[in-house]
Amino acid sequence: MSGRDEILGRIRAGLGRGALEGARRAALEAKLANPPRNLVPARAAALDHADQVELFIEMAGKVDTQVTRVKDLAEVPGAIADYLAQKNLPTEIRRAPHPLLDQVPWQAWPTLSIQTGRAEGADAVGVGAPLAGVAETGTLAYASGPESPATVNFLPETHIAVLRAKDVVAAYEDVFARVREKSAGGPFPRTVNFITGPSRTADIELTLILGAHGPKRLHIVLVDDGEG
Amino acid sequence: MQVTSQAFKANAHKALGDDNLKTALFKLQHHFTNNRTRAVEALPEFERLRDRARDIKNEVLGALDFYLERFEQKVAEQGGTVHWCRTPRQARETILSLCRSVEAKTCTKGKSMIAEEIALNPFLEENGVQPIETDLGEYIIQLADEPPSHIIGPAVHKTLPQVADLFLEHHKRYGKTERQTEPEALVGEAREILRQKYLDADVGITGANFLVAETGSTIIVTNEGNGDLTQMLPKMHIVVASIEKIVPTLEDLSTILRVLARSATGQEFSVYTTLSTGARQSADLDGPGAFHVVLLDNGRSEMIGTELQELLRCIRCGACMNSCPVYHAVGGHAYGWVYPGPIGAALDPKFIGLEAGQHLPNASPLCGKCESVCPMRIPLPKIFRYWRDKAFEEKITPLPQRAGIGVWAWFARRPELYRLASRLGIGVLGRLGRKAGKFRSLPLASGWTEGRDLPAPEGRTFHDLWQERRGRRGPPKSGDPFRKLFS
Ligand code: SF4
Repeated sequence: MSGRDEILGRIRAGLGRGALEGARRAALEAKLANPPRNLVPARAAALDHADQVELFIEMAGKVDTQVTRVKDLAEVPGAIADYLAQKNLPTEIRRAPHPLLDQVPWQAWPTLSIQTGRAEGADAVGVGAPLAGVAETGTLAYASGPESPATVNFLPETHIAVLRAKDVVAAYEDVFARVREKSAGGPFPRTVNFITGPSRTADIELTLILGAHGPKRLHIVLVDDGEG
Repeated sequence: MQVTSQAFKANAHKALGDDNLKTALFKLQHHFTNNRTRAVEALPEFERLRDRARDIKNEVLGALDFYLERFEQKVAEQGGTVHWCRTPRQARETILSLCRSVEAKTCTKGKSMIAEEIALNPFLEENGVQPIETDLGEYIIQLADEPPSHIIGPAVHKTLPQVADLFLEHHKRYGKTERQTEPEALVGEAREILRQKYLDADVGITGANFLVAETGSTIIVTNEGNGDLTQMLPKMHIVVASIEKIVPTLEDLSTILRVLARSATGQEFSVYTTLSTGARQSADLDGPGAFHVVLLDNGRSEMIGTELQELLRCIRCGACMNSCPVYHAVGGHAYGWVYPGPIGAALDPKFIGLEAGQHLPNASPLCGKCESVCPMRIPLPKIFRYWRDKAFEEKITPLPQRAGIGVWAWFARRPELYRLASRLGIGVLGRLGRKAGKFRSLPLASGWTEGRDLPAPEGRTFHDLWQERRGRRGPPKSGDPFRKLFS
């Protein structure tokens, strides 16, 4: 007997039945085909969108993330250049080949040198475009794909996310709704990353240190784009 | 890992005399419990989310066969493979042959309790594949050649100077000859050294906090980002997970994630929650070319339908050990196997046998702290009692203890004799200790008097005092402490 059959057989013996069939199975199939929402905390879900954006900024701030609000995409390179200058960081940037980032007028800021594609070990600053920001905990959500390589969000020491205010959602469930929509009929993205603040560890005497393996700092440029 | 649970008493004794450990455990107790309390208070729905989380896992366990098959099907649709392993040995061999299929020399590893359970590292090493732990805590104990002492903070027992010494000793060969003493510098040094390991590794092995049946996704939750670098850079990503990690849908995942970080570290959300689904897709610019899930049973399927089934709801958050007075006193290593603290005391006897693990369910005052903080509402004290009963029935409980319980049971069925005997005992002790009011040492009770004095009894038994009060005052009134005890 294969390991698979043995394991399934033992589970069924424990449950005192054979393979699941009939109405019970149909009910579970229906749940998987159309997953119902469980209780979603009111913290963000009960707010209107403008307040969700405010909550997102507040929660991100609590986990050591700096948020800069800008009017439109034209202001993005300036905001990034200012942040890098203020922290005395290199201005060589690796950005994701994302359509939103394609629209940013990078050439207007010659001090920034931009490369597009997946990140390599030596890249110092990564710029990505998340699928959404989650208000309830100030979390960014990325779905990997040709326009959003995951290495950009993890390898460089500094991570910068360009997020439209209208892509701020209330809850994790809202992110999953977007991922499902995006991948409808095709495969699910290889990785979905929820990122809440910069990397950290407390493994040495419970002392909190930022930048264990992932980025040491996280900056969000929030683009109002007519909203807010 | 080598089982040392048989020696729990000796282990605990040693731990009680270890001052470094005492300091570390004191810090841990306050750090995690305060953070948890704060996070729970900030989320009014927390208790209802716990109920829902418990119900979700109960649903899963009632249809685990169905969900596992669906999970496998989804993984296959995404270009991955599921390997079903009954035993730790099968799991180890499967992982080794996967490593060999890409001629792996090194593999990076994210933190995985299942990898500890199957003793993966020594096996890979013996067979020519060098495993490199990347979670900082795991990395520290790998250098120290020690097992983890906590499920989410494997190196909580290590002090800063100990880590400084370890790094100096092991990082010399990378040209790091200066002893760093600040946590930040030590983290920086590990970051630099491990960075190259991620880039060089042929295989990345991670655990999984959850497996989602709906999509075939495996989920890891970390703060460091090590698990992500581990899985996105090498050619192959291997996930090692046990069968009960299933959750049905992404909505169910969301619910349980909301109780996990708050219970574990007291964070609102961990820094990185990552869903990995299949291998890199054709147009992707990065990600592993191959994706394998090694599913481990190791006796879990036998727990379904038994008193132990509820343990399969555990999400390994560590809240029970953070709240446990016994864990606070003796630390994780005393438990002598992979899972320490209350969850270990409930689970380990199943894996290592009740004979070897008999002391663990006894290492609890049944205070119920663990159950009160467990996000999955697992009745841990009930499981301890189950094991205690079983140990007694199977005559595993040591003879003096069995005899003691036998004597007590004999007297308990004969109340008059019981009263007489206790009156005699208390009277004698009371007279002997009248002057000092306490005993520094007592024959047969050194286990108690070694660490503290035994107060001398007043010379009267509880029964006598009780009778006297009833006689004097008639039925107890409200406000009488005895009434409170018995009404
Ligand atoms: S038993 Fe409960 S509290 Fe303990 S690790 Fe498991 S889920 Fe957490």
